[in-house]
Parts: sequence; structure tokens; C-alpha cells
Amino acid sequence: MPTPSRYWREIPQRYRLEAGKCRNCGFVAFPPRAICPACKAREFETITLADAGKILTYTIIRVPPQPFVDQAPYAMGIVELDDGVRLTGQIVDCDFEELKIGRRVKIEFRKIFQEGESGVIYYGYKFVPE
Amino acid sequence: MREVAVIGVGMTKWGELWEKSLRQIFVETALLALDDAGVDRIDSLIVGSMSSGLFVGQEHVASLLADYLGQTPVPAARVESACASGGLALRMGFIEVASGMADIVLAGGVEKMTDVNGHEATYALGTAADQEYECFHGITFPGLYALIALAHMEKYGTTREQLAMVAVKNHDNGSLNPLAQFPFKITVDSVLSSVLVADPLRVLDCSPITDGAAAVVLCSVEMAKKLKKPIVKITGSGQATDTIALSSRKDITWLESTFQAAKKAYAMAGKKPEDIDIVEVHDCFTIAEICVTEALGLVEKGKGGKAVEEGLTALQGKIPVNASGGLKAKGHPVGATGVAQAVEIVKQLRGEAGPRQVKEAKVGLTQNMGGSGGSTVVHIFERA
Repeated sequence: MPTPSRYWREIPQRYRLEAGKCRNCGFVAFPPRAICPACKAREFETITLADAGKILTYTIIRVPPQPFVDQAPYAMGIVELDDGVRLTGQIVDCDFEELKIGRRVKIEFRKIFQEGESGVIYYGYKFVPE
Repeated sequence: MREVAVIGVGMTKWGELWEKSLRQIFVETALLALDDAGVDRIDSLIVGSMSSGLFVGQEHVASLLADYLGQTPVPAARVESACASGGLALRMGFIEVASGMADIVLAGGVEKMTDVNGHEATYALGTAADQEYECFHGITFPGLYALIALAHMEKYGTTREQLAMVAVKNHDNGSLNPLAQFPFKITVDSVLSSVLVADPLRVLDCSPITDGAAAVVLCSVEMAKKLKKPIVKITGSGQATDTIALSSRKDITWLESTFQAAKKAYAMAGKKPEDIDIVEVHDCFTIAEICVTEALGLVEKGKGGKAVEEGLTALQGKIPVNASGGLKAKGHPVGATGVAQAVEIVKQLRGEAGPRQVKEAKVGLTQNMGGSGGSTVVHIFERA
């Protein structure tokens, strides 16, 4: 079981969707990077990602990893946000039959999983139909 | 740089090897390679293993295996690049011989995956994806390749049946390989009626959990000539990376690391895709083989599914892909896979592949990939 520090140090990204925007070429890195992969510049400003976008591709996980055993089957997708950044996450509050490439979704703050009966509860972003 | 030859290859029967430990599996296989080469000493040992720590609780395996092979005090190193660890071991061995740092190198790979239960194995394999931004949300490897599959189907019209045909072809080939974990044929219907793992991928689209090892002995071509052994040269070696998170890529259907690694290997060997006679690729999932054949330039972008349907990549086709049965039928002990691909190509180029022998095979290529394409190693082999 990881220490709580592994959890809280990701909070700027998981809770606040903080990304790094290259001051030279405008490339947005999420999570932030030290060097821009596009132009190799090292100056970034912190921005907040767009909170909605569209489904690029999706799947339904039927054989889950251990922490998600009680959630399966569940839908996951890669969503392209309105600012062009792409995220992987669960798509919830949506019947599997209604999943569609191109469908609009928005980001909501949700519980992701918890470690056993008394372990840390992990929160983060999920996608719901707009 | 010195020219490098493969002078010995070894592989044992793959499967769920309950009676054998990691060290036993590796040593048996390495001995076959040493005997095939006719040598009893090496200057260096390179071992590919993705996760001996999570699978059997043992790190420091390179020294352990040097010890059990009776080769201490030779230098030994374990290399890791997820499922491309074996291909990377081969490349590191190639670099040692080519540079003159070592004369005879044993490059091997091993994974003992059945000492843990299914959930633990799924977790161990999952560590090849981005823990904090992919696995954290509940993705799995079949899930990542399912995301690629649906995007490929949407963009290029690849069909569910074409995916199934990859598995059917590789089992056809695997049925001719007695060392394969699943040496039997399957049908498109059996793939399409197998249980869903991550839509649209079903269990028969997925490579299995396997115990196994593979090994090759490398030396300079000059030395190989003195040893009077059949020589297969490694004429190209390329390696490349990409973002490990699938979502960070510009095109989800395109394996840029494979394209880049192949470009380097083709340039080093002075070959083009049309010069290649036989290929072993990383079909961890059926969709992977389709995307890989495109990134290697063997087929046009978007035409990988059609190529399988038309029989282009079958054993008797224009460019046979995965004559060994591939990861799907032969098995996928992750650290060993990249080395086993080299074993197959060397056997094919020597004309020793038995009922699955590809006629007139002179130039072969291996492509070994880590994660959802975050790393790739490509090698080109030629009969001397």
C-alpha cells in the first residue's frame, strides 16, 4: 500500500487539472513537463485545462485490475478536451449503448477507488455526458 | 563497428511451467544456445526481464543467472523496457560485440509469470503503462489496445473479423511450432464468440500469461568464421521511444516508436521494407500486429487489417508475419519475447524451421514493443 504522499503530491493535476503551457510555442503538457517536447524550451506557465470535450475512443473494461473489481464492467475513454489536451479516464452516468466516438462529455470530480476497508480514498476526474 | 553474428540460439517449450523456477527455465534455455554455438564460456551476459521483482520477488537476476550458468565473474546486466526487454537485451549484446567491449555475449530473456495469481499478473503487466495517469483510472493493457482498436476501426474501417483473422493466422502458424504454448488452430467464429475482455477485444485477441525463456549467442563475424558455425548476421538495430501514456499521442492508431526504430534499423542495414522476407512482430493483441505492419512500412497506413484478410501476411503470403505463432499462440513471457523472435528468425534464415519454414528467406526482421508502444526495438538479420 503506497504512502499518502504518493496521493497528495498529484493533487494539483487530479483535483485542479493544472497543466503547463510552453511560453515559447504554446504546447500544453499535462501533466506538466520540464522541457517542451515540441520546441525544447523550459519556461512554462500554469494553466487550467478545459472542463469539457469529446470522446476520441472508448472501451468497456470487463476484466478489471484489483482496485476496480467491484466497479466492473465500466467504460473508459480517451477524451479530447476543448483546448486540445487528451486525457484517459472513466466515462460514467452513461449507458454503454450510448457511448459514441465524438460524443460531448464534461469533467466531474469523483471518487476513483479506495484501498480496502480503511485505506485512502482516491479522488480525481471522470467524464459524464454533457 | 564490428560485424555481429548470431552463432547459437536456444528456446524450450513455453507454457505454464509449474515444475520449473525462473532460474531453471533460463539455464535450460541458455545451455541450448551455448551448445548450439559450441562454446562453453562467455564474456558477458545480458538478460531481459520485465518484472522478476513483481512476478517472483527476485531482483538482481543477472548475477543470479550468471551464477547458475557457472559464468561468474563475467559482467552481467539485466535490462528492462517492459515487454521490449528481450529485444533490448539483444540490442545491448549487439552493441557490446559491435563495439569490441566483448567477444562472446549471451543475450537472453526470461519471465516466470505463473507464480502469482491472475490479478497480480495483471497488476505487474499494468506497470508498463503510466501508473498515475492511466492505471490510476482503471485502465488495463487489453483496455489500452481496445482504445487503439476502436480508433483504428473508426478511422480506417478495420473490421472485427479482420482482428480475429490475425489470431487465426498466428494459431495456424503456432500449430506447426512444437515449442508454442498453444500449438493448435482456432477459427474466426471461436475468436468472435470468446469472452469479452475490453470491448471490442475478446480473450482470443489477447496473448497469454506464459513462463518461458529464450537465448542467443553473439560474437563478431570474424570469430564466427573461425568457429565454422552457420552465420546469421545482425545488420540493423534500431530503438526508439514514445510517450508511455497513449492519450498523449497525436494519432492513437499510429505506433511512432515502431516507425522510428524501424527507420534506424532499415538505414543501418541498407534495406527497405520490400527487401524483408520474413517478420516476427509484437502481436500482444490482434490490433497490435495490424498497427505494427503499418508502422514497419510493410503495408500502407490503414491497410493492416485488409492485408491479413487478403492473406498477405500468412505463412505462404507475400510477407509472412509471425511464422512462429507470434505472441498469441507461442506465448508471451514478456522479458523473453524479443529474444524468441530472434531465435525464430535465425532458425528460418538457417533453413531449420521445419514445417513452418518460409522458402528463400534471406532477410528477416524482428519488432519488439513495450507497453502500448512507449518503446520499440527492431532488428534486421541476414543470412551470411
